[in-house]
Amino acid sequence: MRPALDILTIVAVSLGAIFFLAGTVGLLRFPDTLTRLHALTKADNLGLGLVVLGLLPQVSGPLSALALLAVWLLALLSGSTVGQLLAGKTAVPDPDRAPTLTPGTGASHD
Amino acid sequence: MTNALIVDAALALLVLGLALWVIATRAAYSAVVGFVAYGLLMAIIWVRLAAVDVAMTEAALGTGLTGLLLLGAAARLAPYETAEFDRRPGRGLRVLIGLLCAAIALGLAAVVLLLPAPAPSLASLVADNLPPTGVGNPVTGVLLAHRAIDTLLESVVLLPALIGVWSVAVDPAWGGRPGSLPRPPASSALTLLAQVLPPFGILVGIHLVWNGADDPGGKFQGATVLAAMWILVLIAGLREAPALSERRLRVLLVVGALVFIGIGASGVWRAGAFLAYPEGYAKPLILAIEAVLTLSIAATLGLLLAGPPAGDRPIRKTS
Repeated sequence: MRPALDILTIVAVSLGAIFFLAGTVGLLRFPDTLTRLHALTKADNLGLGLVVLGLLPQVSGPLSALALLAVWLLALLSGSTVGQLLAGKTAVPDPDRAPTLTPGTGASHD
Repeated sequence: MTNALIVDAALALLVLGLALWVIATRAAYSAVVGFVAYGLLMAIIWVRLAAVDVAMTEAALGTGLTGLLLLGAAARLAPYETAEFDRRPGRGLRVLIGLLCAAIALGLAAVVLLLPAPAPSLASLVADNLPPTGVGNPVTGVLLAHRAIDTLLESVVLLPALIGVWSVAVDPAWGGRPGSLPRPPASSALTLLAQVLPPFGILVGIHLVWNGADDPGGKFQGATVLAAMWILVLIAGLREAPALSERRLRVLLVVGALVFIGIGASGVWRAGAFLAYPEGYAKPLILAIEAVLTLSIAATLGLLLAGPPAGDRPIRKTS
């Protein structure tokens, strides 16, 4: 039982770390605010969720497990709210017009 | 062991690089963002040094609250920033500033490097004298029993700071509602957060204060969390900030310091010295002081963020 749980920890935490890495790369490389937010919130939601899931078998008692879950849920709540607020701050595209990306307005790709 | 060393070295290099970047960057806004990241990394370093109390204070006050205050200042100063760049001081003055800063850095480095081999420490003295106070967290013991006068001054000094913020208001606005908080357009997400988060936040704040007696935590960290919840509700527009002339609000602001001073003064004839606790009553008195101080500090911190009374206009440039 113990080795299986340890393997779960290693796999889940590593996956979480990969999501954080991917989210960071996306934050740095994606062209505009909305796509960057998408990358960032993926790291927060899935990355942190997987890290928490991986740490659950290692905690000393149910209270610590609850605390870990609370950390994840609160990060979900605040992360998604901040995402909404930031997205609302960016220009709202006209729904009648096809969304076109003007070249040169996004961040540089190099 | 080596793994931990690699992580610590990476953290130290990261903090050093970020600190240099914060100083070197020109725009105030970027510098503040860098400063916030720097503070959070510092909090992790304090945890690595097993100073969890300091880490929490750094994260809550040094980074969260100070970062918000600095962000507000940067936003207010943004219109004048480019003009300020053009008026940079002459070469001589800049060299002088650089030399003085380098001298301070070298002096600090010398002090750290020249510490006697077993660094002077009061830790064992504190550990020996902790049991009479009844608290289990040595940091709280030092702050509220052994060095209570420092803590008293620390909590009182917040009030002059708040009065300083209020005093930049224009005369007609004096005593009105504070008006520096951003008020984003009503959005369902923000309203939901401001309704769902405060119950948890208030619980966490109280937990930090209550836990502070025996574990890392304390009134300043707890009060910061409480103030943050209050500010969240104000920003979401669920409540109006109170008028600053309100009597209840002013009583709330000073009651913490007054109770602290009152208990301290009663120590003069009950225990023989100002801020001394009578034998056997140390723990309950410390808890009482912490509880009342938490409320006062939370109100003060919240109002510091809320800014001077509304109606104030940005200072017009006269040139």
